[in-house]
Amino acid sequence: MRPTSPARRRLIAAHDPDRSPQKGTSLYAVRKLYRDPSRRLVAGVASGIAGHLGVPVYAVRVTFVALLPFDGLGALLYAVFWAVLSSAPGVLPKKRDKRQMLTYLALGLGVLLVQQMIGLGGGSNMFLGWLIAIIAIGAGIIWHLADPDRRRRWTSAVPNAPWLGAVVDETSRRSYLLRIVGGGACVIVGIIGISLVAAPHAGVGFTELLGGLLYALVALAGVALVIAPLLWRTFGQLRAERVGRIREQERAEIAAMVHDQVLHTLALIQRKAGDTKEVVRLARGQERTLRNWLYKPIASPTEKFSAAVEEIVAEVEDTYAIVVESVVVGDIDVSERVAALAAAAREALVNAARHAKVASVSLYAEVEADAISVFVRDRGVGFEPAAVGPDRHGVRGSIMGRMERHGGTSEIRSEPGNGTEVRLFMPTPEGRERHG
Amino acid sequence: MDEQSRLRVFLVDDHAMFRAGVRAELGAYVDVVGEASTVGQAVTAIAALQPDVVLLDVHMPDGGGRAVLESVRKSHPQVKFLALSVSDAAEDVIGLIRAGARGYVTKTIAPDDLADAIRRVADDDAVFSPRLAGFVLDAFAARPDAPVADPELDQLTNREREVLRLLARGYAYKEIAKELFISIKTVETHVSNVLRKLQMSNRYELSRWAADRRLV
Repeated sequence: MRPTSPARRRLIAAHDPDRSPQKGTSLYAVRKLYRDPSRRLVAGVASGIAGHLGVPVYAVRVTFVALLPFDGLGALLYAVFWAVLSSAPGVLPKKRDKRQMLTYLALGLGVLLVQQMIGLGGGSNMFLGWLIAIIAIGAGIIWHLADPDRRRRWTSAVPNAPWLGAVVDETSRRSYLLRIVGGGACVIVGIIGISLVAAPHAGVGFTELLGGLLYALVALAGVALVIAPLLWRTFGQLRAERVGRIREQERAEIAAMVHDQVLHTLALIQRKAGDTKEVVRLARGQERTLRNWLYKPIASPTEKFSAAVEEIVAEVEDTYAIVVESVVVGDIDVSERVAALAAAAREALVNAARHAKVASVSLYAEVEADAISVFVRDRGVGFEPAAVGPDRHGVRGSIMGRMERHGGTSEIRSEPGNGTEVRLFMPTPEGRERHG
Repeated sequence: MDEQSRLRVFLVDDHAMFRAGVRAELGAYVDVVGEASTVGQAVTAIAALQPDVVLLDVHMPDGGGRAVLESVRKSHPQVKFLALSVSDAAEDVIGLIRAGARGYVTKTIAPDDLADAIRRVADDDAVFSPRLAGFVLDAFAARPDAPVADPELDQLTNREREVLRLLARGYAYKEIAKELFISIKTVETHVSNVLRKLQMSNRYELSRWAADRRLV
């Protein structure tokens, strides 16, 4: 009955073999290059490429490390790949293997040392490569914010300005802001660094640069001041709209309930106004549905004894147009024995409904540590137990026989004119252990 | 029963149709001296009329039957209250019992049973529906891990448990007495004792259960 939550649905998707990335690498499917964070050391770029090319992962990783000395080309490439590639759909990131990471770190250090010793590359060009890598990382941080389902949410929130949605979306606004600021800082530092390194003789000193930065900041603050009210208003509207949507959903649910069930039942009652028994049956059934809808957590009759009892009570009330006053104390998981007990209780209810000639029957079930007991009692016509022939299948087979077969006991008390009570006892696993 | 000893009953319910129905049904057994549809009306009228028994609806606007009970009981302790509920959910009723009602019945109860319950409450006895008996058994279940602060109040005797079980099984007081070989008066005493425990006990399950539903 309960809808699957989005988080759970995602989890299911991740475990669904039909949607795992292996399927994408089959012969006929279009092969697209993804990052593979399930086998990542840093971000899964190397493992993604290796999977795509069909070469061992370590070869790709060593290549990246080996390219480091050439003006930081390895890092640059890695950063660019990371920024451009999206993660394979449905793959959950795994914990990084620290020992393996250490190996590659040592390898990278060694390579850089060798480079220093033989004086390969280096100088301003070397610095440039690293700066570009920083810019790529900053850009990547911002771009990865916009993966498809996030983007879709923003677009639905603020249709004409998705980027605004990212800022005003309540759920993870803080992390978005942090990422945008962090990514932006990376990009700005990288670009300023490049302009310094690439044009060191253009006469731009550190002080001038700082001044320029300050002016840029002032300008940014001005812009923020101008759009802040707009942002705030949009935020408020969004919240109001969300609240409205939830309320509308609830209203629709109640309307559906009232329309499908209550109005329908009332119409039926009007049509059958002459048939008292049928009117009671309809009213009782409707009452039960409404009550369940209002108060009860939904447990499955195949899982819990109390739910199983409720189910048989509902069925008997519906079928035989009688009222069953049921009280259940305690609860237990349904097992084969418990199911047999419930079935015997149902049989007892049906017997009472058929033969006792009463409007209501009481059912009391109690689950204790040692045993489960069920009592079904009516104040109807009763019968002489000794006079019941052996051919009466209902009592002997469905109640007594069933209880005995499953290790329980039963007792039927009745006298003509004074009603009937069926008593059923079933030991719990705990009780059987204790009493042998 | 002669006219002098007919019980004076007051109805509190926000459904006019239900009040009219009960008034018509009870006319043969008791005197319905007045009725009210709001908490305010009820408090004033009960103070003025001083009925023997008040039939109190659980669900009403402005705080429900509980608000009536709380404002009347201190000043008029001799007035007895019997809770009537359509919900039959023990959590709706237990608040009223804890606040001082002497019993609880569902609105689907047959007229003569209702008259019987009113008489019982007027005699200072308690009235338990099968469902309420089931709840009390559940809340007072002998759980080994439950701390017992006051054994006199926090535990049911075996006899009380037996009586409650029979009540939950749909037995009338007369039938319980016959089944247990005791007098009806003794059955009534047991049920009254259970009611007192239910009202006074601070047993952990009871308070947790009530707190979960913001009743106490």
